[in-house]
Amino acid sequence: MKRNILFIVFILCALAGLQAQGYKVGDSATDFKLKNVDNKYVSLSDFSNAKGFIIVFTCNHCPYAKSYEERLVALDKKYKTKGYPVIAINPNDPVAVPADGFEEMQKRAQEAGFTFPYLLDEGQKIYPLYGATRTPHVYVLQKTAKGNIVKYIGAIDDNYEDSSAVKTHYVANVVEALLSGQKVPVDFTKAIGCSIKVK
Amino acid sequence: MNKCITFYLRVLIYCIFLIPISAQAQQVVHHDDISIPVYNYTQLEPMLHPAESNDTTYIFNFWATYCVPCIKELPHFEQIGKDFADQKVKVILISMDFKSKIATQVVPFIKKHQLKSSVILLSDPDANSWINKINPQWSGSLPATLIVKGNKREFNEKTFTYNELELLTTKFLTP
Repeated sequence: MKRNILFIVFILCALAGLQAQGYKVGDSATDFKLKNVDNKYVSLSDFSNAKGFIIVFTCNHCPYAKSYEERLVALDKKYKTKGYPVIAINPNDPVAVPADGFEEMQKRAQEAGFTFPYLLDEGQKIYPLYGATRTPHVYVLQKTAKGNIVKYIGAIDDNYEDSSAVKTHYVANVVEALLSGQKVPVDFTKAIGCSIKVK
Repeated sequence: MNKCITFYLRVLIYCIFLIPISAQAQQVVHHDDISIPVYNYTQLEPMLHPAESNDTTYIFNFWATYCVPCIKELPHFEQIGKDFADQKVKVILISMDFKSKIATQVVPFIKKHQLKSSVILLSDPDANSWINKINPQWSGSLPATLIVKGNKREFNEKTFTYNELELLTTKFLTP
């Protein structure tokens, strides 16, 4: 009996460990219902015409995130009409980083001219499920009969500092491949970013 | 003949002990009496891999001036530098700030906090090409710390307390 309990505890711990790691390419990603800067709630299921999503965990204060704002707007403008809208989620705790509070998000979205939803991960429940560790951190999802499948995890492109010096546009390449039914060329990359802030 | 051997021996010793610490920087940015060597990953790499015979413990801390958890742990790295000053321990703070921010962010930060440890800047925006080379466990989030002595290395993606850092440093110093 004792052994059984130990075994169950072990399995539960192992499962918890797996969950903490977040998604891998090929996993089905969860939907969510999070508050947008316009005070309306947004879910992936709202986008009936979408073929997939460019989910980006990002925030106001991080220089790497800031450096990518214009590039996110460009990606959204280019791919929203083709079925891959950008959905930005701020995973930081507003108490830990006041600059990433909801009102500040509203200001930033306006100033930076965001054309996409900018959602607050209230209670920080969504980013751990995805396994995001930094801002910015991108997940490209493809809508299928089996759910929203993760097709890419990583960086937006290969130069955080200078958009004119980019050689490989990771996210754009992934979306182009998905749109044309090709194999995703690179499905996982790493990038330097700001850690996600918890209380 | 003897002279010749001595010369080669000297060169060899120089290669083993000095080159890993004095890797060639891409450029050195001088501002306000402070010099910041700027490296790309290829130039930094030899520094992260000192010779096996090198008995200095190198503590490399990846940080940035805007990174709140980095700034929180920075005094501990400074303190380690002081507390282990009489031992073979070298703290190197590798700033991940943008190169364009050296004069406006990095140098003012060093002055304000009167940092004593060496500060260098890693400017290599294609991070996907080198993060795994530093450690495959690293997601790319800051802060991160690599401790190296000869072929002994340990990597941590976390914010250190002083006690944790002291314990780890001591572990590296014990043969």
